Amino acid sequence: MRTITYRDALREAIREEMQRDERVFILGEDIAGYGGTYAVSKGLFEEFGEKRVRDTPLAEEVITGAAIGAALGGLHPILELMTINFSLLASDQIVNQAAKFRYMFGGQPEIPLVVRMPGGGGAQRGAQHSQMLESWYAHIPGLKVVMPATPYDAKGMLKAAIRDPNPVLFIEHELLYNVKGEVPDEGVEYTVPLNRGEVRREGQHVTIITFSRMLHVTLQAAEDLTKEGIQAEVIDLRSIRPIDIDLILDSVKKTNRVVIAEEGWKYYGTGQSLAALIYEYAFDYMDAPIQHVNGADVPMPYSKVLERAALPNKSDIVNAVKAIVPQALVHS
Amino acid sequence: MAISNMALAGLTRTQLLEMHYKMALLRRFEEKSAEEYTRGKIGGFMHLYIGQEAVGVGAITALRPDDKILSSYREHGQAIVKGMDPQVVMAELFGKITGCSKGKGGSMHMWSNELGLLGGNAIVAAQMPIAAGVALAMQYQGFDTIVACFFGDGAVDEGAFHESLNLASIWKLPVVYICENNQYSMGMSVQKAWAVDSLLPRAAAYNMPYEQVDGMDVIKVYEAMKRAVERARSGQGPMLLEVKTYRFRGHSMTDPSYYRTREEEQQWRTTRDPIGFFEKKLLDLDLATQAELDENDTRATQVAEDAAEFAENSPDPALEELYADVMVDNSTALSYRYERK
Repeated sequence: MRTITYRDALREAIREEMQRDERVFILGEDIAGYGGTYAVSKGLFEEFGEKRVRDTPLAEEVITGAAIGAALGGLHPILELMTINFSLLASDQIVNQAAKFRYMFGGQPEIPLVVRMPGGGGAQRGAQHSQMLESWYAHIPGLKVVMPATPYDAKGMLKAAIRDPNPVLFIEHELLYNVKGEVPDEGVEYTVPLNRGEVRREGQHVTIITFSRMLHVTLQAAEDLTKEGIQAEVIDLRSIRPIDIDLILDSVKKTNRVVIAEEGWKYYGTGQSLAALIYEYAFDYMDAPIQHVNGADVPMPYSKVLERAALPNKSDIVNAVKAIVPQALVHS
Repeated sequence: MAISNMALAGLTRTQLLEMHYKMALLRRFEEKSAEEYTRGKIGGFMHLYIGQEAVGVGAITALRPDDKILSSYREHGQAIVKGMDPQVVMAELFGKITGCSKGKGGSMHMWSNELGLLGGNAIVAAQMPIAAGVALAMQYQGFDTIVACFFGDGAVDEGAFHESLNLASIWKLPVVYICENNQYSMGMSVQKAWAVDSLLPRAAAYNMPYEQVDGMDVIKVYEAMKRAVERARSGQGPMLLEVKTYRFRGHSMTDPSYYRTREEEQQWRTTRDPIGFFEKKLLDLDLATQAELDENDTRATQVAEDAAEFAENSPDPALEELYADVMVDNSTALSYRYERK
C-alpha cells in the first residue's frame, strides 16, 4: 500500500486500463496539452499520444454524443466533462440517448461509456460551478451513477466503470482531488464494484448515510460524537444508482435511527429517496424520524461566508444525530 | 421494345430495376402503414417517407453493406433500403415482439446491429454527434467502414448540427451528413427558419465540402452520395449533402398541413414525383419495360400487404419484457446483497 491522492488514483486507473485495452481512450476539453482542468490526465498525452488522448472543442453535446457513438462502434471511451455543470449542455445525449438506447432498441446496443466529471461546491466558484446533480441523473433508468470518496475507491471504481458494459456517470468532487489515502501498489490489480456501499465505521446508536466529499466530514462528526458516548455507524453509499439497499437496511435494523448527510439540495434529492426506501422497507425498525443534512436550498453564493453557511458541516451532522439519539440510549 | 444494355451512372439494368423496386416498396409500405395507422393498429407518432424515396434509395445504394447509417424519426424507408425485412419494420410499427426493437421502440426507433442501422432518433439532430462518434470508432480501429447520417432541414437549426460538422471536420471523420431538406421542419418553412438559403455557407463555415442535390432524382442522389462516400472512405474526411426533396404527406399522421397550400402539394406530387420521374427515365433510355415496372409495383404492394399480415399475426411482447433490456447486466436501481423474502 502507498498513500496517494484521489487525482493520482484516477490517473492510475485510466493509465492501467489504457495499457490493458487498446479500445480504451479518453476525450474531453483540455485533457491533452493542458493535462486536464484538475490535472487528472496529466502526462497521459505524452504517454499515449493524440489518438488515445483527444482534446475536444468546447462543445459538450457533440463530444458526449461522439463518446456514445464511439462506444457503439466498439471502443471504450472515457469522456471527461470539465464539470458536472457543463453536463447540462449534454443532458440530451446522456438522458435521451445513452440511457435509453439499450431498452428503446430492444436490447441490441451496448454503450460501454464512462463520463467523468466533478461536482460540488466549496471553492467559491459561484452558482453555476458549484452544484450536485447526481440526483437528477440517478433518477434515470439506464444509467449507473457512482461517487467514490476515497483514492482507493476512485481507482477501483473507475477501473470497474471502464470495464462495465453500461453508461456510467462517474462523479468526482473538486475538493476531493487532493485528498490522500491508501491505494495498493501500481500494477496490483483490483476493482471496486459499482453496486456496493461500504461501512466506514461501525456503531450501534445511529446510522449516518453519506457519500462523496461528505464522507470525510461525516467521519469527523462521528469521531466528535464518541466524546458524548454516541457510536455512529457510517455508510459510504459510493453508488447512487444502483443503491446498495441491503447494506442500508442491515445497518438501520441494528441502529433504528438514521441521518442522511449530503452536499446536494434536500428536495427531490438522493437523501429523500433513501429515506423513502428506508420507511418503505424498515418502517417497523425505526425509532425516530430520519434526519436530513443538506446543502442550503439556494443557488450557491460566491461570498466565502455565505458559501460556508450554505454547505453542510460537521456540527450540522452532530446536531442531527443528537436530535434523534436520546441520552438515555447512550448511557444505558 | 429493345432493352438497352447501357448502364446509367455505372449501375447495371438489374441494379436500376432493384432501385426502382425499392422506391416502389417504400411508397407502398408507407401507404400500407398509413392505412394501418388509421385502423388503429399503429400508435403514437408516425412520419411517412412518401415523396422522399429517392433520397433513401439513392444514398443507401451508394453504401457498402458494412457501412453504418443513423437517421431521424422518419426512418422506415432507410431501414428497409438498408436491408431490414419489411415484415420486421411493420411489426415494430405494430409494437409486436417480432419488430426490430421488440416492439419497445416504435416507428421512430429502428435498429439492427447486423445491418449497421444505428437508430432512428426522435430528438432532432441528436443522431449527428453519435454518427461522428461511430465514425471515430471506425477511423480509430483502422476500418474503411463509413457512416451515413440522415437528418432533416429542422436539424440544421439545432446546435448539435453545428457542433457535429465542426468535430467531424477537425477530426476528418469518415461520415457523410445528408440533409433531407423537405422544406418544412414540421410546419416551419425553411425560408423562415434559415438565415441562409442553402447549406453552402454552413458547410463552408466548417471547411467541409458540400453539394446540393436534386432529391427527386434517385440517380443524382446516388451519384452525389457515391462521391461523398469515396471521399470519406479514402480518409479525406466528411462531406455535407443537401438533398432537396418534398414530403407528400404531413409531418406526421396527425398533421393537417395548414402551413402550406394544397396547390403547392399538388404541384410537387404531379410534376416532381421521384418514382414517376425515375420510371420515365428508365423507359426513355430503354432500360426497363412498362411491364417490368408494373411488376415491381405489384410485388411491392404484395410485400407491404404481407408485412402488415405478419405484423397483425405476430404476438405482443410478453409482460416480462417490460423490465428486460434496460441494462446490459440486468442491474436495477436497487442492488441486493442476498435473496429477499
